[in-house]
Amino acid sequence: MKTMIGLINLEHEYDFLNELTYFRCGAATPFAGRYRLIDFTLSNMTKSYMNEIAIFAKHKYRSLIDHLGSGADWDLNKRHGGLFILPPQWHDPHDVSKGDLRHFRNNWDFFERCKSEYVLISGSQFISNMHYNHLFEQHLGSGADVTILTSQYDLKPEHTSCLKVEADDQGNVTAFTNDTKNNHVYTGVYLLRKSLLYSLMEECIANNKSNFFLDGIQNNLDRLKIQVYNYQGYSMIVNSIDSYYRQNLSLLDSDNYQQLFPNGERVYTKIGNQPPTKYNSSAKIAKSLIATGGIINGEVENSILFRGVKVGKGAKIKNSIILQHCKIEDGAHIENVILDKDVTVTEDQLLKGAKEQPFIIAKRSTV
Amino acid sequence: MKKECVTMLLAGGVGKRLGLLTKNLAKPAVPFGGRYRIIDFTLSNCLNSRMYTVGVLTQYSPFVLHKHIGVGKPWDLDRLEDGLAILSPYTENDGGNWYLGTADAITKNMKFIERYQPEYLVVLSGDHIYHMDYDKLLQYHKDQKADVTIAALEIPLNEASRFGIVNTDENLKIYQFEEKPKEPKNNLASMGIYIFNWTLLKEYLEADMVNPASQHDFGHDIIPTMLANQCSMYAYRFTGYWKDVGTIQSYWEAHMDLLEDDIPFSLNNDDWRIYSHDSNFAPQLIEEGASIKQSLINNGCMIAGDVQQSVLFENVRIGTDTTVDQSILLPGGRIGDNVTLKRVIVQENVIIPDHTTIISLPDEEPIVISNENIDVISVNRGVAP
Repeated sequence: MKTMIGLINLEHEYDFLNELTYFRCGAATPFAGRYRLIDFTLSNMTKSYMNEIAIFAKHKYRSLIDHLGSGADWDLNKRHGGLFILPPQWHDPHDVSKGDLRHFRNNWDFFERCKSEYVLISGSQFISNMHYNHLFEQHLGSGADVTILTSQYDLKPEHTSCLKVEADDQGNVTAFTNDTKNNHVYTGVYLLRKSLLYSLMEECIANNKSNFFLDGIQNNLDRLKIQVYNYQGYSMIVNSIDSYYRQNLSLLDSDNYQQLFPNGERVYTKIGNQPPTKYNSSAKIAKSLIATGGIINGEVENSILFRGVKVGKGAKIKNSIILQHCKIEDGAHIENVILDKDVTVTEDQLLKGAKEQPFIIAKRSTV
Repeated sequence: MKKECVTMLLAGGVGKRLGLLTKNLAKPAVPFGGRYRIIDFTLSNCLNSRMYTVGVLTQYSPFVLHKHIGVGKPWDLDRLEDGLAILSPYTENDGGNWYLGTADAITKNMKFIERYQPEYLVVLSGDHIYHMDYDKLLQYHKDQKADVTIAALEIPLNEASRFGIVNTDENLKIYQFEEKPKEPKNNLASMGIYIFNWTLLKEYLEADMVNPASQHDFGHDIIPTMLANQCSMYAYRFTGYWKDVGTIQSYWEAHMDLLEDDIPFSLNNDDWRIYSHDSNFAPQLIEEGASIKQSLINNGCMIAGDVQQSVLFENVRIGTDTTVDQSILLPGGRIGDNVTLKRVIVQENVIIPDHTTIISLPDEEPIVISNENIDVISVNRGVAP
């Protein structure tokens, strides 16, 4: 049976979520009430029977390591294979490679040792709940060198910085563009054979390049057969505060919620062992996504509450995203706000951001 | 490998008085508190008390229970040297037999206990809701230099005839143990939690094993015999929330207790967490037009209706214009639109069609609704299905 290695490449993901990525990498940013962004890709990989999964960590990966641990919560703490977090650590004084090529070169042992012949590479910004097996089957059947995962979107600001794809009737990529009118978006997920990965990597390093996808694949479009796998299911791209806020709140729509979390298709995450959320007699709540461990005495509307959030009496929360273990004291009023972890909003405090630009409060502050 | 203390958790009981709830399920595996199963409270107490050598004795309908406990991972009891072991009845060269009583279950697993050469044996039962530090109990046992210590708590005197009652002197030294007395002398009830000095208990178990008149039960046989032989036996006074959820009424009441604004027994206690499995459902979605008051709600629920004074386990769906009041909804329930439920318990994965009304009368036990009996309930109550 042909199998895939999973690789989550964070090298080229910069601190794309402003204050939320001051102390953590984007992949480790909490999302959708109980997850972190990376959980979606990692769960998809686990569900697609990938037993060997590596993460190229670049920086600010303490919280990522804390979140993933041994990988047990994704069923990845295995004797054979499992989860490999590969931070940047190189000793070879003759190494001249740059960018993510440095990761590939210095961690080639990992790929060498894996029995799987194919490598599926992804970032953390493409959010979906899917199996990669169809993509894999298509790749094996089409004889393509590389298969890329694409999707069609109603264009939003977050798609501006994504590559767009032009393809012929057979699904062969004819061009990668930055055309702002093209809604056929490359998601950052691609699949290729390990041996091709190796030769393209060597070539890139020999030519002093620094970005594997850009230099090794996109720029070799004339001599590689690159196929499109167009994903029709529900998905989103989160690569900015604007998209983070909007896409989080879009899950309050029950259609979207059920598409990202269809019954029976779990997304795995670190288990927090919180009790069910407790709504007391003064609670008033509408259109909200609420994780466990909360105690709610106040009003919550059109908002997302992560694990263990406490809302005091007479407090009001509207259009906001409240990360885990925040405390909203009695009478506080917050609207259009993102609170990072462990924030306390004191009694009768008023916080209001603009609808288009939420007000962000950094981790562990008291306001 | 020697361990000071081995814990044996009795989880084989039938729980007959829970009716439909234990039809295909051991009582310790009955769901409780919106996310747990009853045995989670005892297992979490073990972890929080640093009791790491635990045998779980199972017998009745064990499949769900076995799957739930597994190797003890959620309670950190998957350990290299000791940890959790499931002990079901087994056969040997000379045959085998079911566990005949609480003491017999321990006797039949002497080899398991002896592997650890313990000083002390802790015996627990897996069907109560409480937080307790067993390590404090063990310290007390050592301080008293007792042969046996029995954890006990004060209960209303009019209920005392349902329990094992311990009669003690002012130093809590027990001089008499009465199993379900008709005329109880006091209201200090045994919680079914014992600590024994193992070598001594072993002698009594071996004698009990060959006694044809014995029911092989701790409360009925072992404890009275030890008392008659002047063993030093003390009561350990427990104060705090403790609930025996032995009947459907008490099961329902225990859930309503959890919903008070200031509860005597909090599930949300960072110093004493209760651990359980997690099925990785998404956070609950409270939809436009929903109303939630005084309720406990778990992951994976989607709620469009009115929920008050109720406990919803994971993955329950509640339709629009539906009212759920004073009810307990176990995982996977699908409650349609325009439904009214009051003071009922809905079993796992039950589908309740639109326009159904099921209300338990004030003087009757809460109705337990399953997929098998839902049509009968609706017809009997003259409600259009």
